[in-house]
Amino acid sequence: MNKIRNSLLTSVLALGFAVSTQASAEEVVNVFNWSDYIDEEILAEFEAETGIKVVYDVFDSNEVLETKLLAGSSGYDVVVPTGTFLARQIQAGVFQKLDQSKLTNKGNLWDVVSERVDKYDPGNAYSVNYMWGTTGIGYNVDMIKERLGIERIDSWDVVFDPEKLAKLKDCGVYLLDAPTELIPAALNYLGKNPDSRDKDDLQAAEDLLLSIRPFVRKFHSSEYISSLANGDICLTVGWSGDILQSRDRAADADNGVTVDYAIPKEGALMWFDQMAVPADAANADNAHKFINYIMRDDVMAKASNYVYYANGNLASQKLLAEDVIGDPAIYPDSGTMERLYTIMPYDPKTQRVITRLWTKVKSGS
Amino acid sequence: MDKKFGRFLLIGIPYFWLFLLFLVPFGIVLKISLSDVAVAIPPYTPTFDLESGWEGIKALVGSLDLENYIWLTEDDLYWSSYLSSLKIAFVSTVLSLLIGYPLAYSMAKAPSEWRPTLLMLIILPFWTSFLIRVYAWIGILKTEGLLNQFLMFIGIIDDPLQILNTDTAVYIGIVYSYLPFMVLPLYSTLEKMDGSLLEAAQDLGCTAISAFWKVTLPLSIPGIIAGSFLVFIPAIGEFVIPDLLGGSDTKMIGKTLWVEFFSNRDWPVASAVAVILLLLLIVPIVLFQKQQERAQEAEQ
Repeated sequence: MNKIRNSLLTSVLALGFAVSTQASAEEVVNVFNWSDYIDEEILAEFEAETGIKVVYDVFDSNEVLETKLLAGSSGYDVVVPTGTFLARQIQAGVFQKLDQSKLTNKGNLWDVVSERVDKYDPGNAYSVNYMWGTTGIGYNVDMIKERLGIERIDSWDVVFDPEKLAKLKDCGVYLLDAPTELIPAALNYLGKNPDSRDKDDLQAAEDLLLSIRPFVRKFHSSEYISSLANGDICLTVGWSGDILQSRDRAADADNGVTVDYAIPKEGALMWFDQMAVPADAANADNAHKFINYIMRDDVMAKASNYVYYANGNLASQKLLAEDVIGDPAIYPDSGTMERLYTIMPYDPKTQRVITRLWTKVKSGS
Repeated sequence: MDKKFGRFLLIGIPYFWLFLLFLVPFGIVLKISLSDVAVAIPPYTPTFDLESGWEGIKALVGSLDLENYIWLTEDDLYWSSYLSSLKIAFVSTVLSLLIGYPLAYSMAKAPSEWRPTLLMLIILPFWTSFLIRVYAWIGILKTEGLLNQFLMFIGIIDDPLQILNTDTAVYIGIVYSYLPFMVLPLYSTLEKMDGSLLEAAQDLGCTAISAFWKVTLPLSIPGIIAGSFLVFIPAIGEFVIPDLLGGSDTKMIGKTLWVEFFSNRDWPVASAVAVILLLLLIVPIVLFQKQQERAQEAEQ
């Protein structure tokens, strides 16, 4: 009897070893990033150089990423949340501290960005910047000129002045379906602190948003890329790189649509997408290798040249294409940089007020 | 003795199925709905702690409360979402019935060698992904879409109609997607119907139309009920169709649930919404079933 048991045990152990050696035979890193956010060649080159296979998966909203992370055992080794979400996730214990000794390329980082990220990730202990951008206004140049008689947009009043926005109703207005982007913009336009949690301030923002609601066709966070390029809509509040992608699509299609992006003079929200490693990542070592690879100046430059977003890598700037580093919509001049603001995550109670406010605005009642 | 045990085992299988796939998940959702939000993994507290044994369970039960359910009654958002979902699901079911009945009827009356082909045509859309079919409607309904271009081409309208991003688009999407679920049960009841009953009715002086109202329609009621349930129940919790085709002001409980779960990260309230939705669906169905049973007993 014992003999049988022993032989059973050894075969089970042997099987276990076989499985574990097989698993370690192929090194992988599971990356979860925003959609349309990387030059796929970078992944192929990383695989060729390190022999680590990249399993790449994409999401299109912070909420989806966060829900996966909070449910636990997400199975990802590198994820890319936005700063405000990252801050809360660090608090929830989602991430592990990065092993700085493995990030040999950290000398390339740009202190202007790292200092601002410090607010979300003190000491940049848990994350490294991937890209950053602004939330501004994307518009169809000819349609705006026809209706408002202006060559280019330079102020939020086209969005927040009901009389002006009313003139654009017929050609189509979209807003991001993201209260954390629009409410700060409304507060900023009203001359209040964009990061305010004050009840009266939020009420004022709600009133302002409700006053322009009748002229908004839809709230959506990605559809505007194609709608703007096709000429289906003439104005949207959106993310810088997405609108620039839309501009390029319109130019490529040669359909008579000219799209432009504006960072209004009153200021705009600046956000940061940060690479971080979940606490339960199975391949944390490979995750560090991946992040360190992305931090290389030539790799980061290649990524920015492809997606038209600015990055937090100073060394990469000399390698950027002229239409990226020279475009003030991507790398704003220092005067504009001064006017960009950042916000902190809302606490659960304020979050509830914000979400409720947003539902009210969207349903227009 | 053995026989009894065998029978017990046989009856046990569906109960085990019900337990594993309905009661256990429901229990988990119910438990989360009584918990509080937390900044943690998972984002609620307390969590199951089996290691501390009985004491742990007692502590767990002690810290549960009905706070989230009270919250649901305090904000009219939830009630208006439930009501609006009920309305959309009800109207969609009626529309599906109005379109589905003639369809199923003509299929059942078609020559028998055609029927398998017709049945196939009803099932055929399922070969394409549901999501792609709903996306296709965006291309048809949008202002520069096929429908508007066609209507403007034949001169019925001068300006494009705004259909996409309205409730109308949601109705179109739901009726289109769930129509087969209405047609199939109707077809199977109508096809099995004894033709001699209609002949008898006509012999007794009924016109074809009154024979339909007096014989065919009452006999097809089980099919109507089955089809209506199959359309109504999934339509009420529908999320994809209102999200893709509906406007920002389309309120449906599926969307409200999504917002609670993803935007608010409030799993407890999201679970409470789900529990109420389930009760809202199950209670009337159980009552209906009871009433049917009683009616059957009365007949006997």
